[in-house]
Amino acid sequence: MIVYILCFILFLVGLFGILTSRNIIKIVIGLSFMEFSVYLFLVLIGYIDNGQAPILSDNIAAAKYVDPLPQAMVLTAIVIGLATKAMLLTMAIRIYKKFNTFDIRKVTSLKG
Amino acid sequence: MDKFIPLFVILPLIAAFLIPVFGRFLKAFNKTITLLVFLTLLILSLFYLFAGSQASFVYHIGGWKPVNGVPIAICFLLDPFSGFMLIIINMMAFLSTLYSVSYMTRYTGENYYYTLFAIMVAGLNGVVITGDLFNLYVFLEVTVIASYALVAFGTEKEELEASFKYQVLGGMATALILFSIGMIYWYTKTLNIFDISAILKDSSDYKLIEFTQLMLIAGFGLKAAIMPFHGWLPDAHSSAPSPISAMLSGVVIKAAGLYVIFRLFFNMFEISYVIGIIITVIGTLSMVVGVFLAIGQWDLKRLLAYHSISQMGYVILGVGMGMLILSRNGSEALAALAITGGLFHLINHAVFKGLLFLNAGSIEYRLNTRDLKHMGGLSASMPLTYSTSLGASMAISGIPPFNGFFSKLIIIVAAIQARYYVLALLAVVVSIITLASFLKFQRYAFYNTKVEHEKKKYRDVPFVMILSMVIMALLCLGLSLLIIPDVRDNVLQPAVDVLMRKNDYFINILNM
Repeated sequence: MIVYILCFILFLVGLFGILTSRNIIKIVIGLSFMEFSVYLFLVLIGYIDNGQAPILSDNIAAAKYVDPLPQAMVLTAIVIGLATKAMLLTMAIRIYKKFNTFDIRKVTSLKG
Repeated sequence: MDKFIPLFVILPLIAAFLIPVFGRFLKAFNKTITLLVFLTLLILSLFYLFAGSQASFVYHIGGWKPVNGVPIAICFLLDPFSGFMLIIINMMAFLSTLYSVSYMTRYTGENYYYTLFAIMVAGLNGVVITGDLFNLYVFLEVTVIASYALVAFGTEKEELEASFKYQVLGGMATALILFSIGMIYWYTKTLNIFDISAILKDSSDYKLIEFTQLMLIAGFGLKAAIMPFHGWLPDAHSSAPSPISAMLSGVVIKAAGLYVIFRLFFNMFEISYVIGIIITVIGTLSMVVGVFLAIGQWDLKRLLAYHSISQMGYVILGVGMGMLILSRNGSEALAALAITGGLFHLINHAVFKGLLFLNAGSIEYRLNTRDLKHMGGLSASMPLTYSTSLGASMAISGIPPFNGFFSKLIIIVAAIQARYYVLALLAVVVSIITLASFLKFQRYAFYNTKVEHEKKKYRDVPFVMILSMVIMALLCLGLSLLIIPDVRDNVLQPAVDVLMRKNDYFINILNM
């Protein structure tokens, strides 16, 4: 149970980072924290205490297998997260070139 | 037909791969192949609709059939509701690409533009036809990553800021969606939507399911820009190149947001009164607040973007009322009427909002401004842009011969019959304010001759842009035909039936 609570705290840390920090890079880091906490949650779903790797062999009872599907899901989600982070950081670099600042309060060309 | 289903994802992806490879050697290769692909997909989806069969087709990836009713592979499902969405997506994609042929000559890097466009459409088609929750998440991300890049395509200050905002909020939505998919998997140990629906039917753990439902509403609400989550929409939709604005407003917020909400909450979860109330209330809120935010705008594309929020409110209101009526065991015919109104407004909004964004693009193409105060007197110099935008404005504000009138009428009639008088009144009032807002657009853009500029300087836009606008304007009129009972029974009714069907239907699909 404690692991799930820690996982949720990690989520809240990320949310806090997005909401309070003014540096664009720190916002990206906060977003990463949120996503990582979700990945952690997905891995925890399939976890069994003293479980075994899900490789088909005669020696292990099926009840001992950890669920392999969340692991596959997390790998996919990490790859997708990498793509979104790359896009976000590209945008951060372009914003720095245009505005000469990483401060989100000074990036205000849009109004209304 | 089921052999053709994967083409909806594969063909745009092939195009997206071929364009950067051959595009730099062959001139006009990028436009030609994108247009061809979208035309093929449009014909395929129309063929499904008009083949007379409203059957559902299932495609199992890798040929892994279900064993004893337990699905193994990811499945693609083509049923009337997803067929209906496929028509909207591919029609708008084709017409926007046609418009882009001339419009995008203002920008550099056309190859990248068409590549990203094709990837976006591949993702949208995937979201609509997939029958697997995690696969839906993957296609959703494919769509939004492409649209992040397309919003920032101009790489000026405004575009970059809008895209950054869109990405941060979209990233939070992604986290919420992935989290709720994890919750559902934890509870049901399966990812197939129809398998989940069979398991949830017998479940009793309402607290966990309701928590997951709220997470899903927040996640997909962020993608669909419903009222409390709408902050990114006006920036992103007004900063993108105009054909992309038409795609984002006309298709992406519907297919990636509303379609998924409707599909999951009608077909996967049991319909509950609480969720019906929540969906109806946020629909009404976005309908009312969106239009009040829109009326003070002077930036043309920003005005249109706020109206997108408001018009999406109508769609959610119609479908949400249907959900409310069903959950209170009201008459099924009445619920079907409300949902019909919502879906009818969905296809109408795709057409007329797409057209309005293309009109805004045409004005920007000649005048290089989006500020209504700097336009004026364009009715003489750009007659076709003027007449098509007049049609679209009348459609969006609900003037009779155009399609917007009929869908709003159905929603309002359904609200009155179900005794939601306040909702009906609000729908009428919002429609009137919409009319006022579009009168302002027409007056300042096309009639106001006091603005000093040389009128002779402006000609109407090139032929292909005119062509795609005229086709959309004709569709604005032509879609009114969907009100005729015979046509409605063939096009809208099957889609509504899918939403109203109970779980037995999906158990059949599981074994297909």
